[in-house]
Parts: sequence; structure tokens; C-alpha cells
Amino acid sequence: MTSFKDIFYQYSWQESKEKIYDSTAKDVERALTAPQRSLDDFMALVSPAAAPYLEDMAQLSHQLTLQRYGKVIQMYVPLYLSNECNNICTYCGFSYDNKVKRKTLSPMEIMQEVAVIKDMGYNHVLLVTGEANQTVHVDYFEKVLNLIKPHFSHISMEVQPMDVADYERLIPLGLNTVLVYQETYHQEDYRKHHPKGKKSNFDYRLETPDRLGGAGIHKMGLGVLIGLEDWRTDSFFTALHLSYLEKRYWQSKYSLSFPRLRPFSGGLEPKVNMNDRELVQLICAYRIFNQEVELSLSTRETIAFRNNVLKLGITAMSAGSRTNPGGYAVELESLEQFEISDERTAPEVAEMIRKAGYEPVWKDWDNVLNP
Amino acid sequence: MLKIADKIFQSRLFTGTGKFSSAVEMENALLASGSELVTVALKRVDMNDASDDILNHLKHAHIHLLPNTSGVRNAREAVFAAQLAREALETNWIKLEIHPDPKYLMPDPIETLKATEQLAALGFVVLPYIHADPVLCKRLEEAGTAAVMPLGSPIGSNKGLKTFDFLEIIIAQSNVPVIIDAGIGAPSDAAKAMEMGADAVLVNTAIASSANPIEMARAFSMAVESGRIAYEAGLGRIQSEAISTSPLTSFLND
Repeated sequence: MTSFKDIFYQYSWQESKEKIYDSTAKDVERALTAPQRSLDDFMALVSPAAAPYLEDMAQLSHQLTLQRYGKVIQMYVPLYLSNECNNICTYCGFSYDNKVKRKTLSPMEIMQEVAVIKDMGYNHVLLVTGEANQTVHVDYFEKVLNLIKPHFSHISMEVQPMDVADYERLIPLGLNTVLVYQETYHQEDYRKHHPKGKKSNFDYRLETPDRLGGAGIHKMGLGVLIGLEDWRTDSFFTALHLSYLEKRYWQSKYSLSFPRLRPFSGGLEPKVNMNDRELVQLICAYRIFNQEVELSLSTRETIAFRNNVLKLGITAMSAGSRTNPGGYAVELESLEQFEISDERTAPEVAEMIRKAGYEPVWKDWDNVLNP
Repeated sequence: MLKIADKIFQSRLFTGTGKFSSAVEMENALLASGSELVTVALKRVDMNDASDDILNHLKHAHIHLLPNTSGVRNAREAVFAAQLAREALETNWIKLEIHPDPKYLMPDPIETLKATEQLAALGFVVLPYIHADPVLCKRLEEAGTAAVMPLGSPIGSNKGLKTFDFLEIIIAQSNVPVIIDAGIGAPSDAAKAMEMGADAVLVNTAIASSANPIEMARAFSMAVESGRIAYEAGLGRIQSEAISTSPLTSFLND
């Protein structure tokens, strides 16, 4: 079976990077006025040459998002089930070599957490774990889905990559969306940041969206961790991946995230810094390139940034998040994945969204739709 | 007067409930539109919650709910969703939307025909969202559809009546009401659709995404009405030049 690998290995990181950095003002202008944007146009939009066009890009991105999505922001919240992990990832609080006590929630603890999340108003939940295949495996996920499905209208997962057969088991239980971030498409850097554990297999991770598409998942999320490598080049490969998937798995929806590396216990300093202007440029570039893709913004970002970027292309936001298992009720001080920036509660963020003239949407799926 | 199944409509403007900045704004725009048939995505409402925000703002005597199946990918899922909607929302009307492609939301004609057959047999009033395909419209009629809802252009695109020539054929040969759904971006598009003889139009994005949805709803209401009056009055022929004499037949007068 062919996969994204066949396309990916036709591209060279260095050549792609040079092409981006060689983009001119004329390329940017063409990208802004083209009726349909190509990958070349995307390169121009994330290039340094596009910086002077930021306001134009924001206007266009705002208008395109408004037309496609309207004045709404979908609300979701992460539920960390476990921080056990056998991988070493240099940038992550859950890394195996971070010698801190670990926790995996029991069914009863999960229900305590669910009760708090439901009280916050949530109907869409994102389940998150590390990768600990002895304890947090497909059987565990099956139990969790059966347990929580009656309480949520939309369930997403951000866990270790799995095989097609595993996804085929979980989807009928109510698994709607799977997020799997490549972290970086730069292979040498990937190896450096993932020296040990199953995650060190670059290709297996790269082909995960293909396996999800093969299993018929409703929605999948892509992204890179910004700070590991040149963000412009990494984002280009994300766009390339998205374009390939959209054409091949045409019945699936897609979402993108653009997490910037945050401090955590035992943390790594970002190799590459991305400032706020650049993140806005990236958000707008994604939207101008693709009007349908969902763009999601987490509590990694600051209050001021989130308040202002809300109208520029974002379609989904989390709020009141905890990034540790038990963080809502059971064990408030367990090891967290990263520190959040925006500490407002969900109702506070919802109020901010309403004041901005948008409606926070708590429910945009129904179990009726996956019989 | 427009009649679909057993219901008579004064207004030929049908509307949607998505993309508004709040439930209150939605309610005010829908009231300004005069619309009597309003479609609601099942996925957006909590059918088991009597205090659901969207449903609560649609409680007006003249507004009939038209639940839609947006999100389903095949006939099986659509029939299942329609049955639950009938139970929870107490209406046997269903807007059948089967668009397995989430990017352009293109309706699947094969699954739509299949689901229409099954739902009509189950006693539903089926309003299927389809391509502007005249043959499919006839097949849906045979399957027992209550109306057909061909698209003017891709949903949410505001591009107007890109399928004009096919809509004309559909209207000319239809035995069920024809409602132009999707793509109507401006009141002038709606007027044009009504002038060509459409029975109704369904508008959502153009109203909800407008800077002033209430005023835009009013504008659409007027456009639909004027387009209908023009259709009933009978439009004059389009001439490219003024014709005052009859050069080919004037010899007959000599």
C-alpha cells in the first residue's frame, strides 16, 4: 500500500527551506490574489517576504473563516488519563527519563474527572496519554470509551499511534477524532529529540494518518511542535501532509494545531523561537491555503494573544485545561505535561468569546451520527 | 401559496440556524426574515435537553423546525438519525443531507436516493439536498420525496446560481416543489431563483455571516417576495436590440 511516505521522501528539507526563504513580495501578492492556493503559494505565505503583508493576510483569513465557519468557536477540553510513558522526548514533561511519580486514572477516577469537566459545560473532550503500552493500551482505551461515551457528544484522542485494527476497534465505540502530531518533519532532528522508545520510529508515526484514514476515522489532527526546527519548513511539510490526506481520505475532516514549546519540569530550551507576529502569520497562511481545515488554539498561549487572535482564523479553543492526570479533581498536583498560559476558567473564556461577537459552541456532534 | 406535504407556507424564504454569533441574534434574524421553515443541524442541538439554547430561541408559533442530518455519511446513518430526530423533536419532516465529503460538502446522490426511498416508506416528509441533477430529481419523485433541494453553487460559497441551466430544467419538469438550497449569496440571487420559478429558496450563510444579519434577513425576505411576484406576473422576453419594425414579415402588410 502506498502512503504519505512515498511523497514525503521525494522532498528535501533543505531545498524546501531554501524555496521558502527565496520567496519574493511578488510571490506573496500572487498567493493573496489567487482563486485557489497551491503549495507554492503556501510557501510564499509563510516566508519572511510575507511579513509586511500581515494585515492583508489577517483580513483575508478572517473573512474566509467567517464565510466557512461563521461567528462561532468550538469549545473542547483535554482530559489527561495517564502520564506514564516509555518514550524519551527531550521537550516533554512525561519523558521516561524525567524521574517523577507516574499516574494512570482508574475508571472511578475518570468519572470524578468527567463530573468536573461536565460542570464546566463541556460536551467535547480530548483524551490524552503518554505511551505506555503495558498499561495504557487499546484494551484500556476501549474501557474508557465505553465508560465516558454516554457523557460526551464528541470524543477525540491524542495518544500513542496505533495499528489500523486498533483504530477499527475504537471508532465504533465513539472515537471520532485522533490527533497525531509529527512533532517535526526534520528526520535528524526527530531522531535527536526521540532517542528511545517506540516513538523513535519516524516512519511509523509519519504513516499514522494513513492508518487512521484506512480505518475510516471522522476527523484527524496534524501539527508540529514549534520550537524544535525551522517553523516555516515544518509547517510546509504539515501543509503537504494535509493536502495528500485530503485527496486520499476524502471522507475525513482535518484539523491543525500549532503548539509552541512551553516550559515544563526538566525542560528543553526551544532551538527556534517563534514570536507572536509569526504565529499570526502561520495561522493566516493555513487558513488562506485551506478554507475548510479546523484550526485549534490551546491554553499554551497567553490571554492577550488568545483574545486577539480569536477572529483571525481559529475555529476551536480549549479553556480551563489541566495537563496532568487527575488535574480536575483526583490528584491536582500530579506531573503535568507542560505549563498552561491562559489560566482563565471555561466560563470566563466563553464570556470573552461572546463579548468578541462570537458564539462559544459546546456541542457540534451527536452520538446519533455514529450508530 | 406554497404547499409541501400538508403544510402551507406564506413565506417562500427558508432559513438555517448555523454560523450566527449568538442564539439571540439568530432568533432576531429569523423573525426579520419571516421564514416559517427553519433547518437545524441535529449535531448542534441537545435533543434530550428541554433548555437547549438553539431550540429555545426557535419557539414561535409560525416557525416549523426542519431537522437536518448534516454529519452523516451514508443512507444507513441518515435513516437512523432521522428516526431519532422524529422522536425527540416531534416532527416527521427531515432535511436529508448526506455529504460524505466534509471539504466541499457535496451531496452523495446514490446514498440520498436510497435514504429517500426508505424514509418516505417510513412516513417521513423528506426534503433532500442534492446536486442540480434533473434526472436525480425525477428519481427522487418516484421514491416519494416531498420536495427537491438542488444546490445553486457549493454550500456556503455565496457564489449564486452557478447551476442555472440545470435548475431551469428541474423546475420545468418537476411535480414536487423545487427549493434552491446552497450558494445563494445575495438577495439578487434569491430574486433570480424566484423569477425563474423556484418554489422557495433556503438561505443561511449569506444572512448569518453578514455584518448585520437582521437587515440582511429583511433584504432576502423582500427579494424572495418580489421575485415571486415577478414570476407570477410573467417576465417580458429579453431582447438584445430594440425592435420596432418587422423586416422579415413587413411585406405581408403591403
